[in-house]
Amino acid sequence: MHDQARFEYLLRLGDNCLILSQRLSEWCGHGPVLEEDIALTNVALDLLGHARFWLTCAAEVENAGRDEDQLAYLRDAGEFRNVLLVEQPNGDYAQTTARQFYFDTWHYFLLRELKNSSDSRVAEIAEKAVKEVTYHLERSSAWVIRLGDGTEESHGRMQRSIDDLWVYTGELFEPDAIDVEMRERDIGADLESLRAPWLEHVQKTLSEATLDAPSAGWMQRGGKRGVHTENLGYILAEMQFLQRAYPGAQW
Amino acid sequence: MVAVQPSIAEIWSWMSEIPDPEIPVLSIVDLGIVRDVRWTEENELIVAITPTYSGCPAMDVIASDIRSSLKNHGISAFRLETKLSPAWTTDWMSDNAKERLREYGIAPAARLIPITGIAPLKSSEKEQRVQCPRCGSEATTVISRYGSTPCKALYRCSACLEPFDVFKQH
Repeated sequence: MHDQARFEYLLRLGDNCLILSQRLSEWCGHGPVLEEDIALTNVALDLLGHARFWLTCAAEVENAGRDEDQLAYLRDAGEFRNVLLVEQPNGDYAQTTARQFYFDTWHYFLLRELKNSSDSRVAEIAEKAVKEVTYHLERSSAWVIRLGDGTEESHGRMQRSIDDLWVYTGELFEPDAIDVEMRERDIGADLESLRAPWLEHVQKTLSEATLDAPSAGWMQRGGKRGVHTENLGYILAEMQFLQRAYPGAQW
Repeated sequence: MVAVQPSIAEIWSWMSEIPDPEIPVLSIVDLGIVRDVRWTEENELIVAITPTYSGCPAMDVIASDIRSSLKNHGISAFRLETKLSPAWTTDWMSDNAKERLREYGIAPAARLIPITGIAPLKSSEKEQRVQCPRCGSEATTVISRYGSTPCKALYRCSACLEPFDVFKQH
């Protein structure tokens, strides 16, 4: 019998990166300016690299003959373990920026914790990834400031996106049984302890951006146990089409 | 099989002849991508490589170039390993490699961006001094932290007005 909790935990880490990477890739060729088109796809590429590390690791733990590709292309929505935040639509640039900013801040503090994981594979992937995620965070923070402290139009759009996506941030810090077990085994991070540094960076950045920080309220949840918004089905339909239509296709 | 086992130093010298697919002026050894070369007791050669950036698409090409090189030198029993830790850093690049990079038109970044306290771009931007690889001026500004490959950023020189790539300190 494989280590189910560790497998699930690695899927969560991998699926967050994979789904956000896929979302960002939708901007390829559609970025508002060339530099941003390149930046978004670079971030997508980093996240895809992280997803491959995590899912390869998950497949090894599962030890059921599946590999990273089968995990990515042949699971249905209910088997995905990403948080709801990363599957939200790109919307306008403010929405993409707000989603990235919330996620990058959490991702950064999470990976810093995972660097100390007792699982050496988890620790080394986190050590590698956090260097890249630091760039992601600096970029998305800078865009929140630029758009927030920009024109009336950009300020309004940025505030709306920050408010709209807030409801998906609660799940990031709510440990369930798997998170607790991983924490107790010193493999995973203490999610609740990430909330304070996350909030501090978010509030500091929003304040510099002349934006109002949303107040606490009811939060959406479900992604970690496979209960997703309808958005995920559409993402998978596009991402998995080739392998579903032409099973085992290679190029 | 080759009759005499080539020395580790010899294998390193073969590796240093393999150019990076994206920045051919540097070899994969210059960049610090090859981390270890060793023979096992079963006479199998292990070459350990590390990705510069996690999603670097050049890794497949690099692995395939290493395989071709080893085969061309008569090695048949070998294995490539990916080593993530310690994480790749530009500190592994020699001064000589940095100079060749500059001559090629890519500025090797001067200094690490402060990470402590997660300074948002606005503040850290001012602290990083990057010299234009063409005219040497330090009057340069960042256009985008992301360039044509994950390891590069895009800058512009205010003195000679040329845009240029910067190899990111990492």
